[in-house]
Parts: sequence; structure tokens; C-alpha cells
Amino acid sequence: MASVDSATYEQLEDRFRAALPGDVDYASLRFSEERGERLAVSRGVVEPVATTLDVGVMVTIWDGGGQGYAATSDLTAAGLADAVERARQWVARTRSRSVAESVPFGHPVGSYRSPVERSWDDTTLGERIDILRRADARLAIDDRIVDTSAALGRLETDALIITSGGGRIEQNTRNTYPGLRATANQGSNTQTRTYGRGSFVGQGGQEVLDRHGFDGAIDRLPVEALQLLDAANAPTGAMDIVLAPDQMILQIHESIGHPLELDRILGDERNYAGTSFVTPEMFGSYRYGSELLNVTFDPNVSGQLAGYGFDDDGTPAERQYLIRNGMLERPLGGSLSQARAGMEGVANSRASSWNRPAIDRMANLNVEPGSSTFDELIGGIESGMYLQTNNSWSIDDSRNKFQFSCEYGQLIENGELTTVVRNPSYRGISATFWRSLSGVGDASTFTVMGTPNCGKGEPNQMIGTGHASPPCRFAAVEVFGGES
Amino acid sequence: MSSNSPRSVQTYFNELVSWATSTLTGDEVLTASLSAEDSDFVRFNRGEVRQAGSVRQRMVTLDLIDGAGSGDGSAAGTAHAEASVQLAQDPTLDRARITAMITQLREQRALAPPDPYLAYATDVVSTDVVADGGGVPEPEWALDTIQRAAADHDLVGIYAAGDVYHGFANSLGQRNWFQSSTFNFDWSLYLQADKAVKTLYAGHQWDQAAFESKVRWATDQLAVLARPPVALDPGHYRTYLAPTAVTELIDMMSWGGFGLEAHRTKQTPLLRMVTEGATLDPAIRISEDIAHGVAPNFQEQGYLRPDEVVLIDHGAYNDWLVSPRSSKEYGVPTNGASAGEWPMALAMGGGTLGAGDVLSTLDTGLYVGNLWYLNFSDRAACRTTGMTRFATFWVENGEIVAPANVMRFDDTAFHLLGSNLVGLSSEVETMLDPSTYGGRSSASHRLPGALVDDMTFTL
Repeated sequence: MASVDSATYEQLEDRFRAALPGDVDYASLRFSEERGERLAVSRGVVEPVATTLDVGVMVTIWDGGGQGYAATSDLTAAGLADAVERARQWVARTRSRSVAESVPFGHPVGSYRSPVERSWDDTTLGERIDILRRADARLAIDDRIVDTSAALGRLETDALIITSGGGRIEQNTRNTYPGLRATANQGSNTQTRTYGRGSFVGQGGQEVLDRHGFDGAIDRLPVEALQLLDAANAPTGAMDIVLAPDQMILQIHESIGHPLELDRILGDERNYAGTSFVTPEMFGSYRYGSELLNVTFDPNVSGQLAGYGFDDDGTPAERQYLIRNGMLERPLGGSLSQARAGMEGVANSRASSWNRPAIDRMANLNVEPGSSTFDELIGGIESGMYLQTNNSWSIDDSRNKFQFSCEYGQLIENGELTTVVRNPSYRGISATFWRSLSGVGDASTFTVMGTPNCGKGEPNQMIGTGHASPPCRFAAVEVFGGES
Repeated sequence: MSSNSPRSVQTYFNELVSWATSTLTGDEVLTASLSAEDSDFVRFNRGEVRQAGSVRQRMVTLDLIDGAGSGDGSAAGTAHAEASVQLAQDPTLDRARITAMITQLREQRALAPPDPYLAYATDVVSTDVVADGGGVPEPEWALDTIQRAAADHDLVGIYAAGDVYHGFANSLGQRNWFQSSTFNFDWSLYLQADKAVKTLYAGHQWDQAAFESKVRWATDQLAVLARPPVALDPGHYRTYLAPTAVTELIDMMSWGGFGLEAHRTKQTPLLRMVTEGATLDPAIRISEDIAHGVAPNFQEQGYLRPDEVVLIDHGAYNDWLVSPRSSKEYGVPTNGASAGEWPMALAMGGGTLGAGDVLSTLDTGLYVGNLWYLNFSDRAACRTTGMTRFATFWVENGEIVAPANVMRFDDTAFHLLGSNLVGLSSEVETMLDPSTYGGRSSASHRLPGALVDDMTFTL
């Protein structure tokens, strides 16, 4: 796919700077060009090649206690002038009516570029389709496999932020989204195994497929789907569990990430995504989890989905501990939320695209490795369950009472993985669940992943977040299976 | 709102496709589907403005088809490729982008194998619907009115308003247009912590008396929420689900429940209705009711949607939503469903429970105003879990006693709308979807409330 070259950037910047007003407290123009390609083969048939070119800008103005934005796909001088005028109108309408009136943003200069070892541009479309055709064919191993799919998504984003004070940030990200699915059916029993349910994504090119064993998964997934057809439902009761990294990312996302978002704590999301059981007073003194729990906001993990140099308000991004040795230290809040709350946060003000304003989001939010090998995590359990790959997620609007289900369960008996069980599920309460953390995998088990679709905000925004984790063990968790 | 004249987007889109048609070669066929909006968004927190602005976007999806391949497709299939491109609504820029995109599509079409499941409308049927009551308020007026209504209350939510456009055009000469000017104010009044009342006010024509009535209703509910809350133990409770709560349940059921592809690949949550003949209560009738919704009456490949598709009738499975692609794969005629085979104007018939009789018939149990964050706990069994949210009350002897703390439920549709269903409310509520992912939604629901016995709550 053709990137925005330096000459084009210069032309755009000249046009943007000419459009930006100089007579206001602050103005910025955030441009993005997103180029996407989605390829898929389902049930032996190549789906139509689908590409996307989405280009636009958002003008944001703060002045005299008012604020406003205007987003447009019209990048002509007249289109930009119209957007500036509309943003000015919102500034006038909101003056003395806003939650914040002073400008919290600076005028930084910098750039970021995704690490890419082997670009997809070095392959032909035919070669990319062939990868998927072969994968889809290998998934169909039995008549009971009633649905198969192999998919590959690419998204390239070239973004430019300029500000009225001379700020200029250029960021170029290259994301890869592989997917595999095998569905088995017998009567009223349908079981599906996926390639991490879309979580084995990241920045980079062809190498993203190698990070999590894409090729090996093609043979494993249909076998496991058939195993689940014959398996008993997961048991009911309280027991120790070990969550695989591709379930840990959901656990981190829902019961650490969202509760720590500062805009939720400030109440912005109460009509939609919800509030938080975490309050400002808890930072610095609240025990979120056991001593084993260490959580970082880390935009610098190479190849992780939500890596960047600056957030969409232009704040430089750096690694920060949010939870250290189980104690809550810092929220996920960008410059504006930090100013409103009077708290330190992180650079996580992000927009899903040019047509949405930035809000507090998770970026790369990771559980740091501990000291246990995988065998030690399992070996320490007399009777328990190992759960892999998220399948269902639900949590209350304060991000406290949760219930999650996984695709694939295995009983743990006398320290060993034994019988496969289907519909493995568990429920708990965030405020106490993390205190039952009794084992954390070591660096050799640390897995870097992401969630491509996190929904939040009014107007709604869907964005990718990065999560990395080792497998983790939790004590005395309430587990159950599906209908008999 | 919009700087455009009423028909300017339509005229521009049709002219652009006519121009693109003139660039085609040989037997090429081009289809184009437009999704566009000129929207204002004002986000509130504690009665103040959190963010305010406007969004103008014009996304067109092109499908370049090798018409010589077989027209409407053959067993071997037809070569084609798709691309979506954001339009600037500037002829010079857009023609350059479309030209580049068509060149790219020709290259991709040559490399990809023929598609055996391609289907597109070949009977030229043009339509034109413009739903503009001229009653969407000016932004200043809306902002003043909402902040005045908020008064001393803790109001949080979003006001979205403006024009939404959907268009279809192809090189065969078909033209379809749907344009709607609406407002959608999705808001809550908060008392404290998670105690709140959620309300939706949406339409084509702002009615100040209707809005003030909703504000009064929400304010009255706050007074009840101020009572000390009841914390219920897990267990089974007789429960009235208000129409907004039923909407959440039916939306989960719609996640593959009504699509032909999900049925044929055995992934529908209503699998037992197909494999075992399981039924819901005979009072349940669910349909895709385009005639009474606010969605376009055409879809992305140019097929028209019928006024109604009855999905469940007398509690039994009746019909599917069939996309053009599924129609080719499974040999079933399409009924104008989009690719996801998801209802756009879901309607469920009402029952006999009068509004004034809801609490007395409930007698003792839970009144649930909203459900939240639903997901399947066992998809094949249509077993769903989720939370109560916003105005949920404990009722004794037909009187609201106190707000109930949030509870998690975990139950199957076959219980809630089947064996345990006591009755449906006689009044059905129309709700315009406030969703704005990517753009403002044109979906809607028209549903009753449901009284059920022994709903299972687990946490």
C-alpha cells in the first residue's frame, strides 16, 4: 500500500498551517490516512478482496473558556476553512459551559514509526490469498467441522498533528490482524476454537504471524474443536484456576484497564460505558491485588498493537507503573483528565480515527512477568482448571462483578493437566479477584497480544488496545460450565 | 446544521457514479454504496459540556465486477473486488481517488479467484426517501434547552443531531436514496454512584412538551432511587423487564439468531429451535419490520428490503434474514439483508398487560429498567448473562419499595421468553438506536416489556 510520502506531508502541512487560526488560545489539526486490506477464505471460498482508504482531519480549538471540534473529509482549502469556522462556532457556544476551560495541551515535536521486519508489501496479493487458502483447507479435517475461516487484515495509518504553537507530530503505524476459526457441530452442540479470538495481533508485517505460531495453530484448532464436542461441561464449584495469556488479556482489559480510566472515574462515561468502583482517593493507598500483581502502561513494547510515541493530544508517551506489588499507584488519564482531577496519569488520550475526538483509552496495558514456570503454576494445584481463549465477557458498569467464559478448558488434577472440558466459565468481583492472584508466569511465558475492538465513548469509538501477560494462577474462584 | 442544500449530497453521489460509469471498460459493472452524515455531537457530564463538535463524512464502497464473467454469477463464479474510499465532496479530488481505486480494483480482480457467491441487483428499481420533518433544533437552542433541563441535576449523556445519508447506485442505472434528519438525546440523571435513571428522546421533530415530560419522569424516578437500596441474594425472582431491557435481550438473540449463514453453520444461538424444535411462548412474534423503522429500504448490493420478514411466529422459528451472498451459497432467495444478516428494524408484538397493571401483576419481585453488557454464557443454548443497570427496583405487593443494587443474571431465552414468560405489556415502545460507531445508526427497535417468573440471578 502506498504510504504518505514526505513531499505529500509537506504539502499537507503547508495547507494545514495556513488554515489554522492564530488568534485563539490553542488550535490543532489532526490528520490521518488509513489504508486497510482485508482478506478471508471461508469454507473453501475466497471472499472478495476488500480495501479501505479513509482520509480526513479534525480541527480542535480552545479559546476564552470554550472548546470545539470539527471533522471533515474535505481537505481542500475551502473544506478546511469551513471546518475551522464550525469549530469556532462550537467554541462560542460552549464558552463558560465546559467541564474544563484552560488549555492543558502543549506543542511538542516528534515522530514514531512501527517496527516492521518483513513488510507485507514484499508479497503479492496472490501470495497472501494462498496463505489463507492453504490454512482454510487444513482446518477442514472432519465432516463435523461445519465452518472454517482464515483471515488476514492489514491497517496502515499515517498521521500528522500540527498545533498553533508550532507543534508537529508524525506517526506511522503498520498493524497486522491474523485470524483462524474452526467450528465443530454435532446435534445441538456447537464448539468453536479460534486463534486467540483475534488477540494475536500487533504492529509489524509478516513476522506477526510467526510470533504466536499461526502455522501450528492451523492443525491444532480443529482437533481441539472436535475434542470439545465429546467433552463434558466444565465442573461447578470453587477451585484454583490458571488463566492462559489469551484469557488474561481480557481479564486485564475489563477489570484493571477500564476501572482505571480516569474519564470513567470523573464520570464522563456514566451514560454509556459506565463508571468505576475506583475513586480518586484510592490511588497511593489501595491494595488492588496480591503482592504478585504488577501492571504497567507501556507504549514502548516493540510490536505491541497500541505502541506510539505521542498520544492524540500530543503528549509524549512513556512507561509507567499503574499497580506495583499490588498497590494502586496511577490512573489511565491523559492531559485533560489529569488537569480536571489534579492527578498524574499517562499519555493515553486517543481517538479511533480523524472523525472522533480523543478520550482516555487503554493503550498497551500489561501484567509484568513473575517468577513461576508454567509447570510450577499447574503443579501447585491439586484440583483446578486451566482456561484458554476468551469466548464471552460481561461485567457491571462499575467494572466489578464479572463473568467470563473461555473456549477450551482442561482439568488440573494432582498438579497435571488432564481431561478437556467445554464451556469453562468463571465469575468474580474485581475488587477481590486480583487479591487471589497466587502465581505469575515468568518471562519465558510472557505473551504480547492485543484486543482490536474496544468500544467506548460518546460518540462511540472502536479502538485497538495492547495487552501482554504471562499465564496467572488464582485461588478459590467460582467456576461452572454450560447447559447440560 | 448542514452547509449542504437538501439534495446536494444525493446529487453529488449520483453524478460521481455516473462519471465513474463512463470510465468502465468492456462488460464491467460497478456498484456503489454510500454511507454519509453531517452530524453535531454534544457530550455532557454533570450538566456541563465535555466535548462538542461536528463530523462530516462521506464513505463510498465500490464493487468492480467482471460483467462478462456471468452477469449475476455462475457456478464458477464472477471476478470482482471491493474498496471503500472516503470522499471529500470535491470533484477533482474525488475523481482522482475513484480513478486510482478502479485501477487498483482491476488489478486485484485479476489476481483473486472468481467468487461463486457474488450476487448484486440486476433489476433496476430506483427509490427515493427523504425523511426530514424540519424539526431538528439549532445547536444553540438544543444546548440551552438541555442545560436548562439539567438545572441542579447531575446530567450525563450525548446529544447527536443532523443528517444521515445512505445511497446506492450502479452502472446499470439503478439509484436508491435514503436521507433522514434526526436528533437523538441519550442521557441519564444521576443521584449518586451507580444510582441513575436513563432516558432516550429521539425523533425528527423536537416536541418541547414531550421532552419536559421525560425530564419530569426521570426526576420522579430519582426520588425513588434516593431510598436506601436493597441488596438481593442470588436466586430466582419474578421480574418485569421494561422494553429497554427486553431490547438488550433481543439484541443478543439477534447476534446470529436470525441470519441464514449462522443457521447453516450451526452457530445460531437459536440452534435448539432448529435441531430440537424448541419454541418460545406462543405470544412471541418477532419480525424485521422495515416499513415501521427508520432504516433504508435497500441494502449495499442494491436489493430492496420487503416491508416485513416474520422471524418468529407464535413462538416458533419462521424465517431467516438472507443476504445476497448467503442466497447464492445456500440457494435461498435474498430478502435484502445486509452482509451481517442483523435486523435493522426489529419489532416484537405486544401482549395484554396494561401499563397500569404492570406493578400489581408483578406483585413482589424486580422491576428492571435496563440490562447491560450482555453476552452468551452458552451460545448454543441461548443462555445469556448480563447486569441490571440504572433504574431497577424491588417491588412488594405491587408497590415500589426501594432501588435494588446491581445484580448479574444468567438465564436462557427459552426460559425468559418461553416457559417462564407470564405476559407481555400491551404498550410497545419505539426506540431509535443511539449507536454512533463509525457513524450514526439507522436501526430501531419496537418492543413491549416482559413479565417473567423465576429469572435466575447469580451474583
